[in-house]
Amino acid sequence: MPSTATHTVDAPHAADAPLIVMEDVNKWYGAYHALRDVNLSVRRGEKIVLCGPSGSGKSTLIRCINHLETIKSGRITVDGVRLDDSTRSVDAVRSEVGMVFQNFNLFPHMTVLQNCTLAPMRVRGVTVAAAEATAKRFLERVRIAEHAHKYPAQLSGGQQQRVAIARALCMEPKVMLFDEPTSALDPEMVKEVLDTMVSLARDGMTMVCVTHEMGFARQVADRVIFMADGQILEQADPESFFRHPTHPRARSFLGEILAHH
Amino acid sequence: MGTTFGLGELGFLIQGLKWTVLLAAIAFVGGGIGGLGVALARVSTSKPLRRITGGYIALFQGTPLLMQLFVIYYGLGLMGLMLPAWVAVAIAFTLHASAFLGEIWRGAIEALPKGQFEAARALGLHYVPRMRDVILPQALRIALPATIGFLVQLIKGTSLAAIVGFIELARAGQIVSNQTYAPLLVFTVVGALYFALCWPLSLYGSRIEGRIARATAR
Ligand SMILES: Nc1ncnc2c1ncn2[C@@H]1O[C@H](COP(=O)(O)OP(=O)(O)OP(=O)(O)O)[C@@H](O)[C@H]1O
Ligand SMILES: [Mg+2]
Repeated sequence: MPSTATHTVDAPHAADAPLIVMEDVNKWYGAYHALRDVNLSVRRGEKIVLCGPSGSGKSTLIRCINHLETIKSGRITVDGVRLDDSTRSVDAVRSEVGMVFQNFNLFPHMTVLQNCTLAPMRVRGVTVAAAEATAKRFLERVRIAEHAHKYPAQLSGGQQQRVAIARALCMEPKVMLFDEPTSALDPEMVKEVLDTMVSLARDGMTMVCVTHEMGFARQVADRVIFMADGQILEQADPESFFRHPTHPRARSFLGEILAHH
Repeated sequence: MGTTFGLGELGFLIQGLKWTVLLAAIAFVGGGIGGLGVALARVSTSKPLRRITGGYIALFQGTPLLMQLFVIYYGLGLMGLMLPAWVAVAIAFTLHASAFLGEIWRGAIEALPKGQFEAARALGLHYVPRMRDVILPQALRIALPATIGFLVQLIKGTSLAAIVGFIELARAGQIVSNQTYAPLLVFTVVGALYFALCWPLSLYGSRIEGRIARATAR
């Protein structure tokens, strides 16, 4: 369901409690104020597309969710777990949050299958057999099972990114974060990755995607969030956002994006 | 009373060679373990740990191996630790190798793309599996040529152990040379033995280097 700008933070029954809650989050890189009073809550099953000009803090925002970045002030809660800097909360959150990077970041010395089984074995303690069964299921799902025994360098960019998606899915996360998953790809490979993401969305995965693929946003996003200068300036369902962006920065940003596509 | 260079003398040199190999092996194994600790400490989040190991590396890289041998050999003696020469020498070489290997491996760990660390963390991998399964296998591979290069230096460096009376290959050569009055012949043999030990390693090192260069160029 598309939702509009306002959102409140509360903790009712677990099932309909938001999966991710960020309250008044502030992030600094040295003297640079990278996130300014960010408030965001993501419902279970919700698909969010995060966009905005370069340097606006999109990556920073999603990297705070799995504690790849630490925040200066504010609160982040994922599936009821309040992220403090304790190992326990970080572990709990990371095991529920999958992340896909712009540069894939597959482990080059491991086969596709080993990439997918490592974390379930080491983090969840499942057996090799169980981890491989899960891995094969998800590799099947991203239609790359036939390459399970190859090394990442033997695959195309699009294939590598699909493996990276499968690797994250093998931990059976509750939410998937995507940081510009298609922007390092040759144009002809963008579609195969977007198709994978669309099918994931159809299956009900909660997703927070930093992307400038506006077609993807229209197709799957429940909410498009526009950021600039470390702030969330606008959020709306894709139709309203693309038709009538209200903030001037959003308007000029959309103008540029559309001119390039 | 000179003797001629015969099988007995050659056998004596081979004895020396055995000590050279053993000393280098001990130093390499000890230095491998120590160096791993040093490298991990250098990239750790603890500032004191980074400082201390940084100082240790600076000290051992900034002084001649000969001085290190002297200080450790006589230093241990002054502290009342009367160790056999080879133990003192093995300790000195191990400390030396730990510093150099630690620095080589630190560089390799830091040369890995940040994304590798991030992907491992994002998957929830803890420190031990993150290092053991993801970071170190890649870092050690990158560092293999430099590591082998250091091992070759180490083998040749063991000749310095002669200075504290340890009879390894170079010292054995000196003794045989004094007995036979045939320094040219003796040291040619000694040189050939060192070469037979070091050259295959160097060759292996440059092979690997070439293979890594081709793999990364791909
Ligand atoms: N590790 C860091 N140290 C210092 N400054 C940083 C660091 N990471 C990001 N920044 C700065 O913080 C700001 C936000 O960066 P961020 O990567 O979140 O932007 P972004 O919206 O993802 O941009 P892009 O579209 O280029 O990926 C930028 O000005 C960037 O230079
Ligand atoms: Mg970014």
